[in-house]
Amino acid sequence: MNMLSILAKRLRKNPACKEELLRLLARPIPLPLINYVLNRTIVKIIRNYPSLFNRLSGHHHKTFLIEITNLSFDLILRPDPASPHLNAIRKKAGFYADATISGSFLTLIGMIDGRFDGDALFFTRDLQISGDTEAIVCLRNALDDIDGSVASEAASYFGPIGVQFLTILRKVANEHQYST
Amino acid sequence: MNINIQHKPELVCPAGTPASLRTAVDSGADTVYCGFQNATNARNFPGLNFTTAELEESIAYAHDHKAHVLVALNTFPPAGQFPLWKDAVDLAYKLGANAIIVADMGVALYAKNKYPDLRLHLSVQAGAPSVEAIKFYCEEFDVKRVVLPRILTIAEIKSLKQEIPCEIECFIFGNHGLMAEGRCSLTNYATGLSTNMDGVCSPANFVSYQVDVNRNLNTELNRFTIDSFSCSQNPGYPTICKGRYTVAHRDDPYYAFEEPLSLNLADLLPELIAAGVNAFKIEGRQRSKAYIQNVVSSWRNAIDTVLEGGTVNMDHLLSLTEGHKQTLGAYETKRWK
Repeated sequence: MNMLSILAKRLRKNPACKEELLRLLARPIPLPLINYVLNRTIVKIIRNYPSLFNRLSGHHHKTFLIEITNLSFDLILRPDPASPHLNAIRKKAGFYADATISGSFLTLIGMIDGRFDGDALFFTRDLQISGDTEAIVCLRNALDDIDGSVASEAASYFGPIGVQFLTILRKVANEHQYST
Repeated sequence: MNINIQHKPELVCPAGTPASLRTAVDSGADTVYCGFQNATNARNFPGLNFTTAELEESIAYAHDHKAHVLVALNTFPPAGQFPLWKDAVDLAYKLGANAIIVADMGVALYAKNKYPDLRLHLSVQAGAPSVEAIKFYCEEFDVKRVVLPRILTIAEIKSLKQEIPCEIECFIFGNHGLMAEGRCSLTNYATGLSTNMDGVCSPANFVSYQVDVNRNLNTELNRFTIDSFSCSQNPGYPTICKGRYTVAHRDDPYYAFEEPLSLNLADLLPELIAAGVNAFKIEGRQRSKAYIQNVVSSWRNAIDTVLEGGTVNMDHLLSLTEGHKQTLGAYETKRWK
């Protein structure tokens, strides 16, 4: 039984520990490794979905801060096809961004996985936005026009382990959605 | 309820992107409606809608899967800008749209004269709720279907159906914004852009959200405060006609026009089918693929189940409604505001 199978079993037995386990999982991963994956992911998305940038309607140069409310780091996204930027940074006050999107790790994963509706998450306050609303709407529409899932693209970089991890996350995210 | 129908009602579903259109078709939509990336449709939102090439591919996908595509040209051309709407009619016809949804009489006349074989549906934006109004559109523009304003009871719809020479389409789920009684002019007043002519209600570049340290949420449209939600309240869209305002005759701010909630007619579906409604429409071209998949597959199942004499439970859709609140609107009673 590998580590992920053990994790899946623990989550089934004790759903209450899922947030803590996710935090523990994220903590030991060094930011350079996360950034390597994020960087490869955005480059692949740009290559595979060039039409995505048409939907950004001129907002490709904007900086988006993606606040992951229950992890120790946030993400910075600048979806510029000429110079794409998707990086993890340690949380710090006063970071300037044109637009900010905030939500828990599972909420955000559910959204980029195409499984959760962003408007519904906004209605329940699971997702909060501030700053340039039009840029956020454009980004949402651009990502939503991708067939498949951005999360799957990222998971594929870790091979079978990544895919299995995403499967677990999907299961936990579904339980999370229906328990809130 | 024993339902005797001559034609199976059509499920008409929204799509704001090609991926959403494919999702709608794959989830059981009979028909999908969509628009171009300009002011010719009433969801002219940033990053949304279809280029010519996207619409061509999407129509091919829908037709391959035996689904129809309607192109919404449901706004009103301002003086001097009619060529944009004429081009859109030309394109919709050329690309093989099964029908166009029109609101403006000039657009309807242009389409009827130039493309007599192009099917016309009358948009809810036209606001035709009476026998006389609908007959006028049918006789003058050869309209084949009317999308009814959301101000009629089921009894009124049933009576109407018996007296008009065209099909009836009714909204059954989604955003409950009535585009009536001058409400859309509020956006024009606040931003200078018109819902009915520019196709955009509460333009996103005028919307701002502020969250304070206690998670209270303040929503503004071009510096007009629309609503303030405490940390325990569910917000709705930043729609100005659904704002909470202070008025002279009330002590507390209240929803002076409409509340932020969604239409959900699941409980009335058997009666609507029995009333002779030809097509059921889901609102939400601005929503995600996740919404489309969930809502379309649920209503597909609901319609099929009711036609087979079964009952349905659509409680799960509450999680997708605006502000987590839903209504039967005027379909149930005229007491609705």
